[in-house]
Amino acid sequence: MKFTLNGAPRELDAHPLKRLLDVLREDCGLTGTKEGCGEGECGACTVLVDGEPVVSCLMPCAQAEGCDVITIEGLAGNHPLQLAMMREVGAQCGICTPGVILAARGLVEAARRPTLERVREALAGNLCRCTGYEAIHRAVLSAHAELHGPSAKSAAPVPAEEAGA
Amino acid sequence: MARAVAGRQWGSNRTSAAVSRYSAGMTSVGTNVARKDGMDRATGAAKYADDLRFPGMLVGRTVRSTIARGRVTGVTLDFDPAGFTVVDHRDIPGENTIALIEKDQPCLVNGVVRHAAEPILLLAHESRDALIGANVRIDYEREEPLFDPERSQQVFKHILIEKGSLDRGFARAEVVVEGTYTTGAQEHVYIETNGVIAVPERGGMALYGSLQCPYYVLKALKALLGAAVKDIRVVQTETGGGFGGKEEYPSVIAAHACLLALKSGRPVKILYDRGEDMVATTKRHPSIVRHKTGLTRDGKLTAMQVDVLMDGGAYCTLSPVVLSRGVIHAAGPYRCANTRIEGRVVMTNTPPNGAFRGFGAPQTQFAMEVHMDRISETLGIDPVTLRLRNALKPGDTTATGQKLGPDTSAVEVLKEAVRRTSFKRKRAKLAGSGRGIGLALFYHGAGFTGSGEVMLGSRAGLETTPNGVRILVANTEIGQGTRTMLSQIVADVMGVAYENVDIAQADTSVVPDSGPTVASRTCMVVGGLLERCAKQMREQLKGVSPAEHHARHGRLHVETQYEAPPGREWNDKTYRGDAYATYAWGCDVAELAVDPVTHEVSVAKFTAVQEFGRPIHPAMAQGQIEGGSGQGIGWALLEHVVMRDGAMANAQLTNYVIPTTLDTPPMDVVMLENHFPGGPFGAKGVGELPIDGPAPAVVNALRHAGLDVRAIPATPEALAAAPRLAPSRSGDAA
Amino acid sequence: MRTATAPFTLRRARTLDAALKILREEPGTVPLAGCTDVYVALEFGGTPGSRYLDLTRLSALKRITTSGEKLVIGALATYTELQKSRFVRARLPMLVEAARLVGGVQIQNMGTVGGNLANGSPAGDTLPVFAVADADVVLAGPDGERRVPFNAFYTGYRKSVRRPDELIVAVEVPPVIGKQWFRKVGTRAAQAISKVVFAGVRGLETRLALGSVAPTVVRLPNTEMVLNGGGSIDEALRALADEIQPIDDLRSTAAYRRGVAANLVRQFWSATA
Repeated sequence: MKFTLNGAPRELDAHPLKRLLDVLREDCGLTGTKEGCGEGECGACTVLVDGEPVVSCLMPCAQAEGCDVITIEGLAGNHPLQLAMMREVGAQCGICTPGVILAARGLVEAARRPTLERVREALAGNLCRCTGYEAIHRAVLSAHAELHGPSAKSAAPVPAEEAGA
Repeated sequence: MARAVAGRQWGSNRTSAAVSRYSAGMTSVGTNVARKDGMDRATGAAKYADDLRFPGMLVGRTVRSTIARGRVTGVTLDFDPAGFTVVDHRDIPGENTIALIEKDQPCLVNGVVRHAAEPILLLAHESRDALIGANVRIDYEREEPLFDPERSQQVFKHILIEKGSLDRGFARAEVVVEGTYTTGAQEHVYIETNGVIAVPERGGMALYGSLQCPYYVLKALKALLGAAVKDIRVVQTETGGGFGGKEEYPSVIAAHACLLALKSGRPVKILYDRGEDMVATTKRHPSIVRHKTGLTRDGKLTAMQVDVLMDGGAYCTLSPVVLSRGVIHAAGPYRCANTRIEGRVVMTNTPPNGAFRGFGAPQTQFAMEVHMDRISETLGIDPVTLRLRNALKPGDTTATGQKLGPDTSAVEVLKEAVRRTSFKRKRAKLAGSGRGIGLALFYHGAGFTGSGEVMLGSRAGLETTPNGVRILVANTEIGQGTRTMLSQIVADVMGVAYENVDIAQADTSVVPDSGPTVASRTCMVVGGLLERCAKQMREQLKGVSPAEHHARHGRLHVETQYEAPPGREWNDKTYRGDAYATYAWGCDVAELAVDPVTHEVSVAKFTAVQEFGRPIHPAMAQGQIEGGSGQGIGWALLEHVVMRDGAMANAQLTNYVIPTTLDTPPMDVVMLENHFPGGPFGAKGVGELPIDGPAPAVVNALRHAGLDVRAIPATPEALAAAPRLAPSRSGDAA
Repeated sequence: MRTATAPFTLRRARTLDAALKILREEPGTVPLAGCTDVYVALEFGGTPGSRYLDLTRLSALKRITTSGEKLVIGALATYTELQKSRFVRARLPMLVEAARLVGGVQIQNMGTVGGNLANGSPAGDTLPVFAVADADVVLAGPDGERRVPFNAFYTGYRKSVRRPDELIVAVEVPPVIGKQWFRKVGTRAAQAISKVVFAGVRGLETRLALGSVAPTVVRLPNTEMVLNGGGSIDEALRALADEIQPIDDLRSTAAYRRGVAANLVRQFWSATA
């Protein structure tokens, strides 16, 4: 299969039903993507496929064919969110951290400052057992301020749903 | 007499600059220095067990019992064994046991099955697919299993704590309040499951794994492998969370991997998937705690009788010490002259329960604190006043007769929590609204119980390196920040920069046995050993920097061993004396709403005021409190281990649910300082304290919201069925 | 993963015709889209099939559009796309709410409407919405397309009228007149599987549907009849008690589901009054 991995073209031979997670870890040797549950519940295996976060434990690698795949190794190590996770101690044991960073990257890079509620919603698919999430939220907000300045316009609140309680 | 708490307050709105009063020169203690391993985590470079590969490595698998009790009558391999390594109990060169406190737990079943998911047979193969496809049939002769701890006749440990005279205490009582409180099992849900790799090397064996206590594993492997393997070393890999779940269990999976590696002569990795990890590994002990309490009408405790029953599961593991910590904390942070606490931990045919953050104390303090709010209702004295009248103060004695030192902060944490949350005003305002606010006051002993530290006799070392100094301890980094916090202590004592201190990987062939990474002991006890090492080394260096000394004279090495502080006494038979070196103190407040349509609870705000000496790294300490609080809220409301036929039936993260970002409330964390002279820079321990308070605070808030809850988890299903309390019973008229 | 996938095959279709041909010629082939159900089954040792067909290249089936009065949701539209679609937001806000509460963002990026329908779980979050919207399921097969009313689509627990050689290609939703209301009950605020899930419409006629209280998602005709006939909510809830059959399982209890189902209908009735 051919795809773009962290910006570079990549070609490899893998069974099409093999999980993208296993292809990344075993065939590509990129072990920063973690497995926590195998059922898409914990988000530790989150990667970006064509820019959107997905759980690589539920994706047959064939579906990534021709796609742009970004793993934690695709961030340079000086991404504002990586630095903020460090600064705010958003990572304790670290096993959920790569997934959290990839799930939150979009929020950090978007020009408008996310509300705390928006951060919570964006990370609801990433379980962390160490931090109680508070330090992670602080890191995301701090990274946004770092990247866009503390006075970035705050995002419009998610439109109130017409339906629902 | 209230006494001001020394030092600063650290809160959620902390400032990042902190000035240490301990060292005139370079200071890192009390500041939020960069975690030693922070960038490795943020870049994914940190290597966990499953990230390691060795040439020729096989994958291992455990075949487990499908019944809870009986005998194995036949094992049939329904596959072509070519390419497979197969191990059963006959392949064990030493003792068939997982050596811990007792040697009752076999490594592999030899006939007798005592719980579901008990290991019977081990397989290894190069290909995971081949391994998955290998069918093994086990035939059994079934026996009737026992799941009800109240019916169990087999007691792993019985403890009695007596102080004063219950008869006298109840004779003085004007009111007696009784109650029974139960807590459920809890799964650790470290996000990295258990995993190890056994690697044969130079006639010996190296075991790499996700674990908290390398020397526990080493002890178990020595008993298992006996003389067959001379040199065994245990190496901790990056560990994706522990919470006690990787205290004793890794000895089991390590034993299995070593047996397969020994037989095949090749490296063998065993990594549990989430389902196996949940079904097979330890849980927090379920508990039933009964209270009978005598009081005067004005709310002074005159007699406390507490009966604690814990379900140990099929083997002893750490149950005796879990019970020990549980009973010692069972009377809560209160003063009572006449106390009798009796505890038992018994056998049932479920997988063994074991260490989990808090180690018995969360169970008993849940009971105590929910009972206190029921007493408050009975007496018509508000929960704050009732607690203030009885809270332990410096100079008071605990149930074991320990006289408390000046670093006793029950009153201070309580008052601060009440003040910050406007507790009394909200308590009055919310009454009858379907919302509630509740609090819990609690404490937690730091370090091993009783004479535990003396028996451990921990050793820690320091050595010079070309860059500075290296810490040599067996204490592990499992997320809580061991590497960073110990480096801060050493840096400041030696007067060197934090950046010039590093820490050796926890490899038993390199580091001395500084004891297990448990019991909120790493900072206070091991940090204390390192403080002594650093002082010694500083003296020996005579003003020369460690790197310079290293360049001129080669490696300089110092080592210290634990010595009991003078005057500390403990009697293991009578359970009298100084149970812990000291205690940390906390008061949590939960504010919540109960949805009348779905009975779902949303915790709107959580306040944690905690005192644990001095935070060495305030941001990491705050992380311990936030994380422990989240885990405690999960235990209180969401986390329900469903057992069927002796096995966890909801063993997957979809069905055993832990809190997500949206279930975890905003937290207001306050760290009061009250320095403990026996700990490095005044530090005590903070790892476990935060899990003691959330469940009773939440349940007391549910009580305030009108629901009579005495058991957790308080799931919506339980709340739908819970008796409703009349608003007049909220007890806050005073 | 407890099921080894190496012995299995995966075909990828570029056109609907090619996909249908594979289904016809290789009976037992399991269609794959977001994989959020199939791969969970494989993780726990299940074997949904040994031959799989990946549909994700059929980009035409991702479209969400309108056709005359009808809202047409392609089977491969993801939960994220449902939330973003201006058509869905304008016409079927209760579906936006349902999609927003499915799993986390990652699952919403992967899971599809067609998958939710094909999986047929009684806890499927979007299904009560389609039930009260009187939607049609569009099936493509060897003989062309056919439309099946959503409320006649399921025949039993995870069983439907879809033939093995057919694919779900779209859901068509006629205009929904009246107030829409949706609520999912899953205890945990996110990433939850429904213990009870409810959708209701209150307009000229009232329509109600519940998930996780019977072997399939169910409309509640008797309860609706009471309410549409001017009966009281208490009378309606008596009718409701007879038309649901909740069970005890790992996630909840029959008693809880029964009580909450009634509470939801009552809350819907007062919220939309």
